[in-house]
Amino acid sequence: MPLLELVNLDVGFDTPEGEVHAVNELNFSIEAGEALAIVGESGAGKTQSMMAVMGLLADNGHVSGQALFNGNDLLSMGAGELNQHRGSQIAMIFQDPMTSLNPYLSIEKQMIEVVMHHQGLDRAEAHAKAVEMLRAVRIPDPERRIGQYPHEFSGGMRQRAMVAMGLLCEPDLLIADEPTTALDVTVQAQIGHLMSELRQTSNTAIILITHDLGVVAGLCDRVLVMYAGEVVEWGSVEQIYYQPLHPYTRGLLESVPRLDQPDDAVLHAIPGNPPNLLALPDGCKFRDRCPKAHDACREEPPIRQGGEGHSYRCFLERTDE
Amino acid sequence: MLRHALGRLLGVLPTLLMLITVAFFLMRVAPGGPFDSEKALPPEIEANLNAKYHLDESLAQQYFRYLGQIAVLDFGPSFQYKDWTVNELIAQGFPVSLTVGLLAMTLAFGVGTLLGITAALRQNTGVDYSLMGLAMLGISIPNFVIAPLLILLLAVYAGWLPAGGWDGGFASMVLPVVTLSLPVTAYVARLTRGSMIEVLNSNFIRTARAKGLPEIVVIRRHALKPALLPVISFMGPATAGMISGSVVIERIFSIPGLGSYFVQGALNRDYTLVMGVVVFYGVLIIILNFIVDLIYAWLNPKIRYDEKR
Ligand SMILES: Nc1ncnc2c1ncn2[C@@H]1O[C@H](COP(=O)(O)OP(=O)(O)O)[C@@H](O)[C@H]1O
Ligand code: SF4
Ligand SMILES: [Mg+2]
Repeated sequence: MPLLELVNLDVGFDTPEGEVHAVNELNFSIEAGEALAIVGESGAGKTQSMMAVMGLLADNGHVSGQALFNGNDLLSMGAGELNQHRGSQIAMIFQDPMTSLNPYLSIEKQMIEVVMHHQGLDRAEAHAKAVEMLRAVRIPDPERRIGQYPHEFSGGMRQRAMVAMGLLCEPDLLIADEPTTALDVTVQAQIGHLMSELRQTSNTAIILITHDLGVVAGLCDRVLVMYAGEVVEWGSVEQIYYQPLHPYTRGLLESVPRLDQPDDAVLHAIPGNPPNLLALPDGCKFRDRCPKAHDACREEPPIRQGGEGHSYRCFLERTDE
Repeated sequence: MLRHALGRLLGVLPTLLMLITVAFFLMRVAPGGPFDSEKALPPEIEANLNAKYHLDESLAQQYFRYLGQIAVLDFGPSFQYKDWTVNELIAQGFPVSLTVGLLAMTLAFGVGTLLGITAALRQNTGVDYSLMGLAMLGISIPNFVIAPLLILLLAVYAGWLPAGGWDGGFASMVLPVVTLSLPVTAYVARLTRGSMIEVLNSNFIRTARAKGLPEIVVIRRHALKPALLPVISFMGPATAGMISGSVVIERIFSIPGLGSYFVQGALNRDYTLVMGVVVFYGVLIIILNFIVDLIYAWLNPKIRYDEKR
């Protein structure tokens, strides 16, 4: 049984302009200890699909489908049951470290409450554990720092404190939403290192959300490429990097800066914008931006096999390349 | 923190001086004098009286004389209540006003925050809509309309409560306290609801929920304090509002508080009494605002921190 399996996950938001179709028919699964990346441009539905899994959608949001965690559907659980999983077995690190910590509570209070609540530790034990975790994420002088408030931490330190908070209960699944975006390169590397260490020591599975294919390579086994609320291609890191089959994935890869290119090489950001989620077009949603688009693309594209565990949603055959 | 407090304290002195000055001259600009009445006094008696109360001096002399008195907390003799000093009148009336005011404040902020939080947690439900509808009513209907309505309903028709008067007992307090607190309760409820909803939608509340804490803990530990900060800073203006409200309420319910003395004094051109009440209440409002400010700073780690540097 997979650790987490999403079945036909749909997420929508009611707005005055109509329904925003943020996530459409999302299906994937992740095994214990595995690391999966979800990549795609901003607005693709990466964050909201995971918010739905965590039961954290905004009030105007709604979700359908299933999110089976060890076989139990998180989406149909009551609050009490869901809270036994959230924070202890599934932890989420949020995108915005500047606002995701409570400015009115010390870092210590925000950290110890997790372990005190889920593991029944007393204050002193929880404190010791929190200090150790801060040390592990390379917060300098953690004994002193832990008593401080979020605004006394730099952006990078806040993000690391968020990571530490997520790891305190040694979760089975860590969902990390752009955990390194706000950070400089060395800290990015440290956090990446920390997460792969965690996989080895406590067999934690990781879902890494990012719009940056560059950070995926070192950390993940598999990649899911999302576009306009749909998965358009999925496969192993090698397959996605070296044999990308969907035109969107190729576009993404071309926009990753590479070390082997001269500094002034032009970055190929994909021209155009994602479709309006209020009124999604029929057929392939990438059609307007796709260099290979043709008449058939007005129909819903099929899911094609690209290799073992490698699929993509497009009319193009492998041989059409 | 200490520096913050001292700085604020020094800052209030000019405010206070301005308050005294404006009140002093406004009072004198108003037509009439303390000894005008239907039957005219013989001129030599009036001259005597004026001399006794220094009303024969120039306005500037009187002003500085008054400042000098106030500096030693002496508000002078009342013009109207012949055997009383203003200090004595304040000592007489203030405890009554304070009782009503404190009860009304407690009621307003206690009930107001509870209603506001309830509405926020039941956002966009029938409970929320009816509470906020009531609050809108409470804010828009003035005191002097609510008071007679309540008197009619609860005193005249039902006969449960006295229609006015003051014996220091619970029954005589209910109507004035409720009337005085209603608009503030309503405002506090709306304020609390708004800020609670805003806080509940913030990212750090999402983080707290992601930790798997029960919702009640999320609210108590993470949402309550930030949601109540704006409510706390409203306590200063609320006090000022209650003090002006109490002037009307004390008249309507015939309560022998400072407000009643104030109205009486204003009608009689009792300069010293009116000035005394104005200055006294002014100082009170300033001190309370100052205390609220300190509480706010103390609750807010960011301000505390900036002060430390
Ligand atoms: N509360 C909301 N109401 C309406 N639309 C929303 C809401 N939250 C998110 N969305 C929309 O859902 C889409 C997907 O967002 P998100 O999952 O955050 O994208 P990303 O892939 O960048 O993480 C976006 O178009 C966003 O505007
Ligand atoms: S289905 Fe057509 S438009 Fe869509 S990605 Fe494939 S080729 Fe491009
Ligand atoms: Mg996102």
